[in-house]
Parts: sequence; structure tokens; C-alpha cells
Amino acid sequence: MSDSTVKNQTPDAPVKERRRLLTVTSSPHLRSPETTTGIMLDVIIALSPSLIAAICVFGWRTLLVTCVTVATCVVSEYLSRKIMRRDNTISDLSAVVTGILLAFNLPVTIPLWMAAIGSVVAIVVVKQFFGGIGCNFINPALVGRIVLMMSFPTAMSSWAVPLAWRSGSAVTAATPMAQLSSVLDAGVSAQSLNAAGLPSLTEMLLGVRGGSLGEVCALTLILGGLYLIIRRVISPAIPLCYIGTVAVIMLIAGKGNFTFMAYELLGGGLLLGAIFMATDYTTSPLTFKGKIIYAVGCGLVTALIRLFGNMPEGVSFSIILMNILVPHIEKLTAPRPFGRRREKRIRQKKNEEAAEHA
Amino acid sequence: MKQLKTGMVLRPARRAHGGVHVTYNKNTAELPAVRIPTPERVTIAMRQHIGAPCVPLVKRGDHVTVGQKIGDSDKFVCSPVHASISGTVVSIDDLEFPGGIRTQGVTIESDGEMTMCPDIQPPKINTYEDALKAARESGLVGLGGAGFPTHIKLDIRDKDVDTLIINAAECEPYITVDYRECIDNNRDILYGVHELKEIFGFRRIIIAAEDNKPLAFQALSDIADTHGSVSLMRLKSRYPQGAEKVLIYTVTGRKVPPGRLPADVGCVVMNVTSVGLFSRYLHTGKPLVSRSLTVDGDAITEPKNVRAPIGTRIRDIVDFCGGYKSTPYKLLMGGPMMGSALYTDDLPIIKNNNAILAFAHDPSKIKKTRACIRCGRCVQACPMNLMPTKIENLTQTGDAAALRACGADICMECGSCAYACPSGRPLVQSMRLAKNIIREAGARNE
Repeated sequence: MSDSTVKNQTPDAPVKERRRLLTVTSSPHLRSPETTTGIMLDVIIALSPSLIAAICVFGWRTLLVTCVTVATCVVSEYLSRKIMRRDNTISDLSAVVTGILLAFNLPVTIPLWMAAIGSVVAIVVVKQFFGGIGCNFINPALVGRIVLMMSFPTAMSSWAVPLAWRSGSAVTAATPMAQLSSVLDAGVSAQSLNAAGLPSLTEMLLGVRGGSLGEVCALTLILGGLYLIIRRVISPAIPLCYIGTVAVIMLIAGKGNFTFMAYELLGGGLLLGAIFMATDYTTSPLTFKGKIIYAVGCGLVTALIRLFGNMPEGVSFSIILMNILVPHIEKLTAPRPFGRRREKRIRQKKNEEAAEHA
Repeated sequence: MKQLKTGMVLRPARRAHGGVHVTYNKNTAELPAVRIPTPERVTIAMRQHIGAPCVPLVKRGDHVTVGQKIGDSDKFVCSPVHASISGTVVSIDDLEFPGGIRTQGVTIESDGEMTMCPDIQPPKINTYEDALKAARESGLVGLGGAGFPTHIKLDIRDKDVDTLIINAAECEPYITVDYRECIDNNRDILYGVHELKEIFGFRRIIIAAEDNKPLAFQALSDIADTHGSVSLMRLKSRYPQGAEKVLIYTVTGRKVPPGRLPADVGCVVMNVTSVGLFSRYLHTGKPLVSRSLTVDGDAITEPKNVRAPIGTRIRDIVDFCGGYKSTPYKLLMGGPMMGSALYTDDLPIIKNNNAILAFAHDPSKIKKTRACIRCGRCVQACPMNLMPTKIENLTQTGDAAALRACGADICMECGSCAYACPSGRPLVQSMRLAKNIIREAGARNE
């Protein structure tokens, strides 16, 4: 429609001779600038300090492993969408996030082909078989890790000594979690903590300890979490409740020993899991109350596995277990529509009415 | 202008759930409404309100004067329409408004005189019934956008209503007509508030506006001065602060249950411009024949507030604002969050039309529609505490009972969910679909 046609038309002109019609769409006619890609990019930004820290601790192979998982994730997402004849979704960057998170859950010494298998399982089996982004019911990266753990237990539990890459030595180290379970066996006390040969708490914060790639440096993980909270990508409810629950249980289990609690919080994959994995949108509840129940559940299961299970670590399993419960949690915590009365009261009223009729 | 005394401005009783931050773009806030020259012809729609359409009282060739009633109905939920210019009725034919609403339209060709109808005189109000009759005869409907006839809203005889909330929130982006009404016609509002209090016996009257309108508070401070029970309230600027149920909740802390009216919780909400108009009607007897609109958007040469006779063609109003700067892509009647897109600018404005916005691009097409990632932003944004993404999924199955359980019928289509969605999902359309499924299932059961 041009300006001249607007002016030349008389109101009496027959309808079909009138100018081109304007576009009609449904309201709202404004949209927020936030996009899925933007959110995923924020997650990648939040993960990058931890990646840098991991490179410092474990050397350049860290980057190699991460590149392999990211590339395999993106390629397998692209191919599976193509084979299934669906719109391609690699541009939303969610496959990149899955790739980085999977790499963060692997030891640096992992053979690259194993890392690639984990990526294919995460993207094809867990994500695309269930319908792609937003449809998977459990966290793809965590399943990738667990499948690798079950299939290649030795490769998945040989941990490089931190900073050893500089000297070229390739010895394997114990993780703080394994050391902590020996502390638990001996009974938590200052002596048993000293005897376990744990790294100092400062080393734990900075990431100078054995473990998976991304889980070692607590400082950068917390930094990334703060970034996500400030950018309103995640709500602080899940990380706080998750970590808080573990802290309380560990304090009780350690008979009030704060050092033991601090090691439990900084050790293992707790921070990585609580900040980046449990907060995954698709596999966590939509409602605020639901998020709290879910996070407390995650904390509870993590603590129980760590204290009583025969594995030193329980973050992956706890999150996956709670992922499965998400639909039920959501059903229980569905918000009450504005102005609608509580079910109980409605039922009560119905009963009263029935009684009156009788 | 004198300073506001502390304590005169109330704080909200509650903070409503949800809502979104939208860029307000109130570009025309400094511009008082300018009267446009009398258009050559106007088309008065017979249905400019919620309820039964009016039946034309004139026929082709009749001469009409400003303020003459030209359409009415014997139905209860209806509001009469009046001629907005003087001249000759040239045709009565069908009009199609957005949403497929068809109604008759009376086209009047101006004689250029603007002769007032000789019958116009201030109404005499002795009883409650007189006041309701006056409200009906004024042709007044909710000018904020909904278009609910005012005389029905004010019929609170057998209800225990104590609070009148005057809505000056104006939370829709771009629109500034209510704001200008507060500043330019504050005397009318003052008089209107006084009259409403006298006639209908409201115990307290609260004028609520968002905190980004300090000048409006100053202009209205006189009202709060004169009457002890009349106060101002400063609301947080957040869309949809001015939605009726949200407003009642923030102002009084009361929740209007689904399917009930504000009067059921002791409240009546009136738009500030409606109050101004009602007061002018009581003074002069001149019914609703013209209104202010904000004309804005990046395709308009000179955005401004205009005062135009009801029934003026949108094209005439746009021409008065300097025409289109560039080819319009989208033309909106109302605000960008809840307004409807028009297929042509050949339509007349109606009573509850508070803005004309023309955009050279599509402001809603800034992102691609992708799959829902269950981020929960829609759940956080919903002022009615619903789960839009869950309702969207349920519309695929068409399960009316489940949709009703989710409360889909409570949705007021404010658009907060769709605005907030990072995946660009068509959530408002799904809500409408959900309501339709519920309605159809209800009809089948009867």
C-alpha cells in the first residue's frame, strides 16, 4: 500500500478495487527480546569460566574432550532431525550446552571415542527420541554420563592428578569424594579428616583436586550461577534448596563438623549439578513450590547416596530420579487460578449442600 | 502546582502475581488532545459495547444533529449511540470489525454546521433510577477498552458495594489519553467523583495510577484534598496493572472469583476518562459523541493525541496526523498488548477505541517460533496464576474438563505469557482456542 493509493481511494470504491489489505495477527503485538538461543548463550557464557579453570587444572586435553562432545552433540542433533524430517534446531544452541555439560562430567583422561558415544546417547536417545528440545523427561548430559559410567567403569573413574599435566606425569588420583567416604567409614572427626589426605579447602575452592572436568573449581561454578541468577535465566530456588538440603544433612551426619560439611558441598559434582544440571528447564518443575520440592528431593537423594550408598557420589542419580518425578510434583503444586477457591473448600461446600438436601 | 502532601497517596494493598515489564513508549504524554476538523462523513457502528447491538432509529435521508440518539435497543445490556456530527444519513450498511464482528453502521455526511441537538439538556437527577437512566442515555461504556455499558456497572442497588476504583493505570504501551484526561480535565474528574459519591453512596473512592505518571498525581491532588474518603493510589508500573481483576486485587486485596463481577466483592471499577465524560454529561447533557485517542507508531508522521467524533474513519485521523510516514505493515486499534490488528484503515473509530497505532514493521515478529523449553516464564508472567504452556498442550487433546480444571476460562488474554515467551509460542491464540473448547463442550452438555 503506498501513500498515493491511500489518498486516491474514495470510500465508495468497490471492495475488491480497494488497496491491499494490512496484516492481521493476534495480540499481543509486542514480544520480549528474550529468545531460546539467547538463554542458551547465557548458559554457555556462565559455563565458560569453569571451562577455563578446567583447562588450567587438567591441561589442553580438557578443551579437546569438550570440543569432541560439543561437535558430536551438534552433528548428531543435526543428523537425527534430518533423518526424522523435522525442522532443524541446532541454531538454538541447546546441543552445545548439552555437549559442554557432558564434557564437564567426564574425567580428562577419557578416550575421545567414549566421549563421542556419550554425546550420541545424550542427544539421540534421550533428547531426540522423545521429541527434541523441551520434550526429554530426563537430563540428556546426565544420562550420557551414567551410560558411560555403566559401560566403561574403569575409564570413567581414573582421575588425573591436578596440575600434573605441566610436568607430564600421568598418575591417577583419588577424588575428594572417595576420600570423604573413608572419613565417613572411620567416623567424622578432625583427626579422620586430616588422615584422609584431602586437599585444603582453598584448593577445593580453586579446583586443585581430582574429579570430572567441570566440577572441580567451585569458585567459577558459583560465579556462573550468579551470572545466571542476575540474568534471570535460572531462579535461585533450585540451587539454594539443593545445596542447603545437602548442607543440613551433612552437618547432622558429621555431628556438627563444619569442615566436613564444607568438603561435602565443594567436593563431587554438587555445585555443577545444583547450578547447571538440576536447573535445566525441561526437566525441572514449572512452579515455584514444585522447584523447592524438587530441589529438596535432589538434596535428600544426593546425601543418602553419599552417606549410605556404595558409590562415593550421587548427584547424577539424584537429579535423574527427581527428573522422573517432575510431572507428579508439577501436578501436586499446580497454581490455583486467580480467585478460585481451594479444592477442599469446594468439596466441603458440596458436602454441606448434599447434607442439606438429605 | 502545589506539592503533594504525604499520606494522601495510598500504597497498594497487595502485589499481584505475574505481569511483565514492557517498554512503555509513551511518546505522546506531553501532548494535550487536539480536536480534529469535522470529518466529511462519519460511520456510527450500532454495536460499540459488550451486549446487544442497537437498532438504527434513523433512515436514509434523515437529517441528524450532534448528540441526537440514532440507535438504541430495548435489551438490557446495551448502550445507545448518538450522532457525532450534524448532517444527512446517506447510508445504513454492514461493517466488519476485527474478530469477525459484523454490525450495522449509519453513515452521516456532514453539513459542516455541527448543530447541537435541541433536546440536549442536563439530566435532572433525583433518584437512583434517574442516575442510572442518565448513565444509559449518555451512551457511556467502559472507555478503557472493554466497552462494558456503564449503567449496568453502576447498577449496584442490591449489592453491597463500598469502593469505587477509578482506573488511571493505563498500563498499555503508547497510550496516553487517560493520562492527558487526568491533567487536562482534572476539574471534570473532580466533579465526577463528587457526583458519583453523592448519587451511588460509595464509602471510598480510590483513583489508582501507575508510578510513572507523577504529573497526573499532582493534577488530581485537588480531589484527594476536598474529600476525606477520596484518595489516590500509586501503583507499580507493570503490565497489566490496569486489568480490572488485577487492579481490584492490588487496590483492595480482594479477589474476584471466576465468573463473578467486581460488584460481588464490593467494588466498581471505572476508567478515569469515563468519569470525566459522565461528569460532563451531568453538566451539559451532551452524550458520548467524541473521544480522545493516541495516534502513534513508527509509521505515523506526527504522533499526537487527537479528539475525534465517534465514527471518524481511521484514515481521516491518520491524515490529520500527517499521514503515513512509511507504508504501514500493521494497524492496531487499541494498545499493542491487547489491541486488535485491522485489515484496513477504512474503519470508523468506536467508543472504547483509545488508540490507533501504525507500525511499519511487525513488532511481534522479532523471534522465531520454536518448541516450548518449559522455562516457566509464562507461568511467572500470568496475572491470573495459570500455566499457559500446560493449557497450550491440553488444547492439542481438546480435553475440555482438563482445560477447565486448569482455569483456562479465567484468562483475560492480556498477552503477558506470549510477550514473555522466549520461544515465541502463540500462547494467546491457544488460550482463545482453549476457551472455545470449553464453551463448545458446555454447549454440548446443555
